[in-house]
Amino acid sequence: MTQSHRVAGGQIDRSQSLRFTFDGLPYQGHPGDTLASALLANGVRLMGRSFKYHRPRGPLSAGSEEPNALVELRTGGRQEPNTRATVAELYDGLEANSQNRWPGLRFDALAINDRLSTFFAAGFYYKTFMWPKSFWEKLYEPIIRRAAGLGSVSREEDPDAYDKGFLHCDLLVIGAGPAGLMAALTAGRAGKRVILADEDFRMGGRLNAETHAVGGVAGADWANVAVAELGAMPNVRLMARTTVVGAFDHGIYSAVERVSDHLPMPLSGKPRQVLWRIYSTRAILCGGATERPIAFENNDRPGIMLAGALRAYANRWGVKAGDRAAIFTNNDDGLRTAIDLQAKGVDVMAVIDSREGGELLPGIRHLRGAEVIDSTGRLGLTSITVRQANGRNETIAVDALGVSGGWNPNVNIHSHHRSRPVWDASIAAFVPGADGPPGLLVAGAAAGVMATHAALRTGRDAAIAALGLAGATPDLPEAEDAPVRIMPLWHVAHGRGRAWIDQQNDVTVKDIKLAAQENFTSVEHMKRYTTLGMATDQGKTGNVIGLAIMAELTGRSIPETGTTIYRPPYTPVAMGTLAGRSRGKEFKPCRLTPSHHWAAEQGATFVEVGNWLRTQWVPKAGETEWRQSVDREVLATRRSVGICDVTTLGKIDIQGTDAGAFLDRVYANTFSTLAVGKCRYGLMLREDGIVFDDGTTARMGPHEYVMTTTTANAVTVFRHLEFCRQCLWPDMDVQLISTTEAWAQFSVAGPNARKLLEKVVDQDISDAAFPYMGAGNITVGGLRARLFRISFSGELAYEIAVPTRYGDALLREMLARGAEFEPIVYGTEALGVMRIEKGHVAGGELNGQSTALNMGLGKMVSKKKDSIGMVLSQREGLNDPSGYRLVGVRPVDPTAKLVAGSHFLEKGAAPVLANDGGWLTSKVFSPHVGCDIALGYLKGGDAKIGNRMRAVNLLSGLDTEVEIVSPHFVDPEGERLRG
Amino acid sequence: MAELQAMTALGAHDPARVVCGPLTITERIDVALASVATRRGKDLTKAAKAAGVPLAEPGCHLRGMPYCTFWTAPEMWFVEAPFDSHERIAEILKSDLGDAASITEQTDAWVILDLAADDLSPLLERLCNVDFAGQPVGHATRTMIDHLGCYLIKQGPGAARVYGPRSSAQSLLHALEAAAASVW
Repeated sequence: MTQSHRVAGGQIDRSQSLRFTFDGLPYQGHPGDTLASALLANGVRLMGRSFKYHRPRGPLSAGSEEPNALVELRTGGRQEPNTRATVAELYDGLEANSQNRWPGLRFDALAINDRLSTFFAAGFYYKTFMWPKSFWEKLYEPIIRRAAGLGSVSREEDPDAYDKGFLHCDLLVIGAGPAGLMAALTAGRAGKRVILADEDFRMGGRLNAETHAVGGVAGADWANVAVAELGAMPNVRLMARTTVVGAFDHGIYSAVERVSDHLPMPLSGKPRQVLWRIYSTRAILCGGATERPIAFENNDRPGIMLAGALRAYANRWGVKAGDRAAIFTNNDDGLRTAIDLQAKGVDVMAVIDSREGGELLPGIRHLRGAEVIDSTGRLGLTSITVRQANGRNETIAVDALGVSGGWNPNVNIHSHHRSRPVWDASIAAFVPGADGPPGLLVAGAAAGVMATHAALRTGRDAAIAALGLAGATPDLPEAEDAPVRIMPLWHVAHGRGRAWIDQQNDVTVKDIKLAAQENFTSVEHMKRYTTLGMATDQGKTGNVIGLAIMAELTGRSIPETGTTIYRPPYTPVAMGTLAGRSRGKEFKPCRLTPSHHWAAEQGATFVEVGNWLRTQWVPKAGETEWRQSVDREVLATRRSVGICDVTTLGKIDIQGTDAGAFLDRVYANTFSTLAVGKCRYGLMLREDGIVFDDGTTARMGPHEYVMTTTTANAVTVFRHLEFCRQCLWPDMDVQLISTTEAWAQFSVAGPNARKLLEKVVDQDISDAAFPYMGAGNITVGGLRARLFRISFSGELAYEIAVPTRYGDALLREMLARGAEFEPIVYGTEALGVMRIEKGHVAGGELNGQSTALNMGLGKMVSKKKDSIGMVLSQREGLNDPSGYRLVGVRPVDPTAKLVAGSHFLEKGAAPVLANDGGWLTSKVFSPHVGCDIALGYLKGGDAKIGNRMRAVNLLSGLDTEVEIVSPHFVDPEGERLRG
Repeated sequence: MAELQAMTALGAHDPARVVCGPLTITERIDVALASVATRRGKDLTKAAKAAGVPLAEPGCHLRGMPYCTFWTAPEMWFVEAPFDSHERIAEILKSDLGDAASITEQTDAWVILDLAADDLSPLLERLCNVDFAGQPVGHATRTMIDHLGCYLIKQGPGAARVYGPRSSAQSLLHALEAAAASVW
């Protein structure tokens, strides 16, 4: 198809042609085109269907405010719904499809909704789909969602990468129109670090769309020269295709840079988009203004556009939206469009000017005091009905209508801190208020300064003010400085049909009237009731009209009626952009243990524990099922010796002359009396008396302790200790630092643990020389190391630590030198089995709801000293003698299964909450006991040892008779670990 | 007992050297590291001066011989020294500084990656919120890279040292490589 609607001029490269498709049909455009301009150039006005009524729609605008021309770009994993054709940069091979229609765009069966519009007024589904209540979720909502909606996603994985980044500057200039360019030039010439960001791929803003001269040359040419000068400054960063989407605290702005959206696919390694966080204590919003339409009956047909957009398509893209055009305006800016279109060879049939009196445009039929009251054309505009000042109606055949109801300054970014814009009657629009984000100034049309020269001046002055620049003030180029002359007109009173305010959400004047009638008169209520201003365009073209009409209906002024709250993002941001590279396997960084490479060589199975990858079990040849491996590891450890990488446990170095006293305060039990060279199990409480964490802490010197924490709580405990040190007791002489990663630490457990270690350590570690709960610095072949005689498994056990770089070698050395003991490496599953067999609490019991008393550790909470949580642990409710106590559980029938989470019930008791006796916290199969075993919290459990109860799990359908036993299934006297 | 063979943070016996376009990433295993924190009421400045340990100002890295330091928190520094001569850096510093400081071995808690390119700003702005271009040589700061708490030391416009948590060395390297591919 030829580009039938191209006219002369424009900032497109006609020497190159780009091929693209829309709904499968091939078209051509040029570099510099948007999808919308290229489609219009090819005579395509119909680009979408409306949200609710499935009305045919074409582009209303030529920018990011577009409510109608939403399309799906690309296919497969790169398919992107709800993309505005008006800002989608054309590239060769672009595939675009219309959305929210079936079976096609020209014939959409769901357009029946338009015929049924009487039933679909604002709030219809709140009133209609109320009975029966249960139908809402499963029937009504799915049907509504299918009938009313926007685009779709392919559900394929997005193959592209999205980056995040951080930028710093002295001045951020948001928008590269005349005000922004002048601000950037002023600051850049002064040597300041400047970032100039603009959402468009071509900088210059409205200068690209106008015919006015700036500095004696075309505005677009002046912009090109300014951009070139800025580009040559090393202190200025030009960021085209970059939308500043939000203003946040402390001079932080968020921006999305579309790095690759204008390419068929990102270049190798390059991201599709970058989400920038920009730090700038000074910023200038030069975001321009958005034109608003005037509501009249059937004002939403393809071909009816904002007058400034018609002008932009003609001047910037060399496109006429129609052959026969008319303009409907209430201000002088609309007249510009008529003049420019006529200059481009378009037949301007009439200018319908709602203002009465005044000068007439020469050479153009200029109807003063007239209004457009209706239009015709099923899939595109064919005629308008004009009500003239004398009351006569006239039908004019046109295929393009430009509507100008005035311009709204883009105050959004300035209002992101809840600044309320203020009404400026002189331009009939809201302008930025006085309480915007600190450091953010506003210039140009965004400040309500609509003339080009004034925009240049305010941009320059804002830069000077923002940066406190002294010295010569840069000269300004000559430019037009016309005043704004407007007579507000929000909607045309004539006509009985629907007149659209918010075309994206199909909100009409009638809907606003209905909201007022039903007393949803607050703008926030009106928004929720009618959906005005929601979805991708956030009401950029419709909001002010809606609230102005509400003001009329309620007899209030527009400023009294006010605006809704502006929130980021300014324009839609893809979820992938927000996620960045944090997705899939790269959602979070991975932490590898020192034994990881050895374990991987053995074919170990790994489990994620926080960010750590821990060995879960290490299968041997012939083992086909995980239990075989785990049972073997447990039995081998209890029979001879097993090694487990416990590097992941948090290790915190605590030093200072008050280190012991500090530990007494953070632990429930006492550590200041611990002898040097010994370690002790410690219990840490929260302020509310609930157990926070546990672990062993060793005293390595008079003023030096090493605390271990659980793997899960390593960071939170360290943070807690820092809070205590810095905020609660800043006078204490205590220094903290994490050493978790500095040491590779292995548990060596089993009857032959000492014999194995004796083959690798340089010191005497006999029971006499290194007794149970001993700790100290040792050497391994002369290498500095640490040894702790502690046991989680209940066996004779040690934890040996060497500098991390030697961890892999130490493991291999222990396995090789201790080969005669047939040592095995066990993973977290065997670790869990052995700790439950021994009755040690861990994650299932340290559940953030349990006390030391619940765990059978009540005596550890010393009342001889104050410590965090001690007082509140004495609360009556936490010390009920019949409260939960830790017990062991085994099925009466050894072949029966237990399930963690099952609840204790007395025999014959119904499985209801009133009969609940507690629950199983952790369960494993114990190869030592020969059946499933579990730990659990049982009400009054310590008095029920030996009782038989039921463990009931309604989800699993299990009802198992169990015996309540001691939680210590293995070596309850602790003889093995002291051996 | 045979001498144990060290493994680098990136899982090899030799330090890694990775080239990504104009960027070269060099893993350093020849740096010994310890934290030094002032004991309350003690004059660490005096002890450090006597021991030849230059204490950097906040936000700074200070070169010396054999010790370099960078500030990590109020009254706390990391001290670097050649690994060959100071493998037992914590013991040596304890001997030199006495009870003026709490000293903790940190050598193997970190992976050290030295970055080199003509200009590292484009790379680092994709990785962390440090205004690298705006900082002087010798700037040292804690920052987050790929969710990881790291230290970044500016050695020049095209030279920087990153200290990252050792267990996440591979993730950190991957993040650097991905950012380099994005930028260059």
